[in-house]
Amino acid sequence: MTSGGAVTLAGVEKHFGDVHALDGIDLEVCAGEFVSLIGPSGCGKSTLLRIVADLEHPTGGTALVGGKTPQQARLDQDYGIAFQQAGLLEWRSVTENVELPLHVHGVGKADRRARAAELLELVGLHEFAGSRPSELSGGMQQRVAIARALAPSPRLLLMDEPFGALDEMTRERMQAELLRIIGETGAAVLFVTHSIPEAVVLSDRVVVMSPRPGRITEIVPGRRPGARAATDLVPDDVEDVRESGAFFAAITAVREALRKGHE
Amino acid sequence: MTRAGAVPGAAGVSAGRSERLAARGGALRVARVWPAVAFGITGLVLWELVVVLGRVPAFLLPPPSAIVAQIGAQAPVIVATTAVTGGNAAVGLVAGFVLGVALALLAARSRLFQDLATPVVLAASAVPIVALAPVFTTMFGSTTEVARRLVVTVLVIVPVFVSTARGLRQVQPVHAELMTSLAATPWQHARFVRLPGAVPYIMTGLRLAAPAAVIAAIVAEYFGGLQNGLGSRISSAAANTAYARAWAFVAASIALGLLFHLAGLLAERLVTRGLRT
Repeated sequence: MTSGGAVTLAGVEKHFGDVHALDGIDLEVCAGEFVSLIGPSGCGKSTLLRIVADLEHPTGGTALVGGKTPQQARLDQDYGIAFQQAGLLEWRSVTENVELPLHVHGVGKADRRARAAELLELVGLHEFAGSRPSELSGGMQQRVAIARALAPSPRLLLMDEPFGALDEMTRERMQAELLRIIGETGAAVLFVTHSIPEAVVLSDRVVVMSPRPGRITEIVPGRRPGARAATDLVPDDVEDVRESGAFFAAITAVREALRKGHE
Repeated sequence: MTRAGAVPGAAGVSAGRSERLAARGGALRVARVWPAVAFGITGLVLWELVVVLGRVPAFLLPPPSAIVAQIGAQAPVIVATTAVTGGNAAVGLVAGFVLGVALALLAARSRLFQDLATPVVLAASAVPIVALAPVFTTMFGSTTEVARRLVVTVLVIVPVFVSTARGLRQVQPVHAELMTSLAATPWQHARFVRLPGAVPYIMTGLRLAAPAAVIAAIVAEYFGGLQNGLGSRISSAAANTAYARAWAFVAASIALGLLFHLAGLLAERLVTRGLRT
């Protein structure tokens, strides 16, 4: 199997019994690319992400993750995943939570500790290494979950509304943090969200989906700062992006694509 | 107050307050305990008066003063027999606890085993297990403690199995998906998520089983075997019309049951508190 793409989906279908969730999804996520999936509730965007993660199986078409089947990619730990809930284990310290993927895969304690320290530094939580998850705020817990997802140094990060439960200010700060972290790791990201501004500010490309059965209505270029796909303007700061005319133009484009999907 | 240190500036303020709160807590606890103590003492005094003034025959009800006198006179025997019965209860409790947890883990691990074991354990909870005591005594001989310990073990397995099994089922979906995404084996899933998550439930099972272990150990002695424990002393004293002595051993049984109850409660508190902070 030869495919340079981080994710390659060809004609992916998903039926849950009589419910037709996904219909003919073709999508390629390149290495290092940030792609958001956006659409109304029930459009199958989470299902699509879960197919890539091998947590669901497509009923038609093919999905490849780094050229492998999703199952092989999961067994090889080629991707990291973050869910809407941080899902930290309350009985483990912050460090031990970040270490979990390495612990499961038999990495020695000294190496685990070193990697966790590095990641906690990256997400700005090194002071909380010994804390319990319950002592952290929601945003901090989500940063621990992202550090955990990055622990095995995956080339692909799957994120299912990771900031969905956070307040707007925390959310904007987390978006800037995520861009910085991804910039340092160079991983490709497939990101599910309900928020148009979030999709636009983070992504190289925003994939707009229609209501059930989920189809790709349109792919709108995002405004990820410093990214290759942001053609006419390359602002160096997330705040600049949020206040730029191109940002609002992209938001309008996504909104129009979403409305088109409803017709 | 354990988190006071996490709030900068608040630590100094809350230290003084926590002492005051602790003092008030102590006063509150005394205030809550003394009615029960007073009630108990009043009851004992009334008991004494009814027995003495009403000329109640000793085989019907000996007065507390006679029981206390017997406790004093029999002190070395009471200590020795309590140790034997307590030892049997403790051995059975530990064995039953380990087996109960192990069976619940196996049941969570294998669907087939769950379908086989769950009805058996639930049926065992409906059977009066002390009824097995004479059978076990015959099986293992009347000169060993094996039969009594076995009765305790079988009785303890049930609550430990039931609450552990319940705890193992309480896995948050996000944790299950996380372990799947990490390609964890079923054993790793148990070790990293299911078992630690079930610890509070396991400890509740232990707390419930602890006083029951004492009851089982005492009752098992009523069906023959060695005459070295509280149960055998109670029955032999009663048979010899030494009613006050029988009651003295009953008092020791109550104390032993309370001891196991408190130990179970303490173990549960310590472990679950260790998890939370």
